[in-house]
Amino acid sequence: MPKHHLDPNTWVKSYSDYLFNYTITRVNDRETAQDLVSETFLAGLKSMKNFKGQASERTWLISILKRKIIDYYRKINSNKGKAEVRMTFSSDNENDGDWLEERVADPFDKTAEDTLENSELGEAILNCMEKLPQKQAEVFKMKTVLGYETEVICNELNITASNLWVIIHRARTAMASCLDKNWF
Amino acid sequence: MGLFNVNCNEAGHICDKSQYSEAGLWEIIKLKIHHSYCKICREHSKRNSVLTKLLRSAGIEILDEKSKAKMEEDFQKELAKHQEQ
Repeated sequence: MPKHHLDPNTWVKSYSDYLFNYTITRVNDRETAQDLVSETFLAGLKSMKNFKGQASERTWLISILKRKIIDYYRKINSNKGKAEVRMTFSSDNENDGDWLEERVADPFDKTAEDTLENSELGEAILNCMEKLPQKQAEVFKMKTVLGYETEVICNELNITASNLWVIIHRARTAMASCLDKNWF
Repeated sequence: MGLFNVNCNEAGHICDKSQYSEAGLWEIIKLKIHHSYCKICREHSKRNSVLTKLLRSAGIEILDEKSKAKMEEDFQKELAKHQEQ
């Protein structure tokens, strides 16, 4: 008997943030990331019959998204990529074969380890956010991740400022406990 | 409460506001005074600041509310079509 079931009605609400963050760390462009996430949900809808229930809904959607990201890179590499390679190649005979980007060291560039750690931390934070009650998650995301002004959130959600701060306090306490268990 | 004193609840509230740079100078002074004698709030404040640092360093990006609503709307249309088939 399958352990997991699909409920596409909740996909956008439950997984769009996680999938979007996963994508943006890999494609570095908001519009592209948004398109890839939308395409993932649609592809998921079309291949629901292939879901065996062995993985969670989110893991299954991530596996579709990974393929979408690979397809995206394949597509741009087949066109734009070739042109970029020619542009960055040195025409200087003495250093024939050197790549321009290799000759310019960037001491402030993030290492692969930094990027990987930040990406894992981001995923751990989003996992903890998913566990928050819906209202807390909504307010916390708007205030902390999207950086909305207190007044804007209060107007949007029709709550008072003191109400907002109580929600934020509860969300932050829950987030700190969750990260204590799952990150440190 | 006196001019310089705040209780633990108020200290927690100021601490939360300061994580978003929304606490005023006078509130910060009152918080510092409270921290000078309240170890529990001092520890809470440290934990809260660590959380802020983690959230910043992770550089999380999510969809804004409008984009998410649009994505939901488009997807629900496709879902309805799919369920009709």
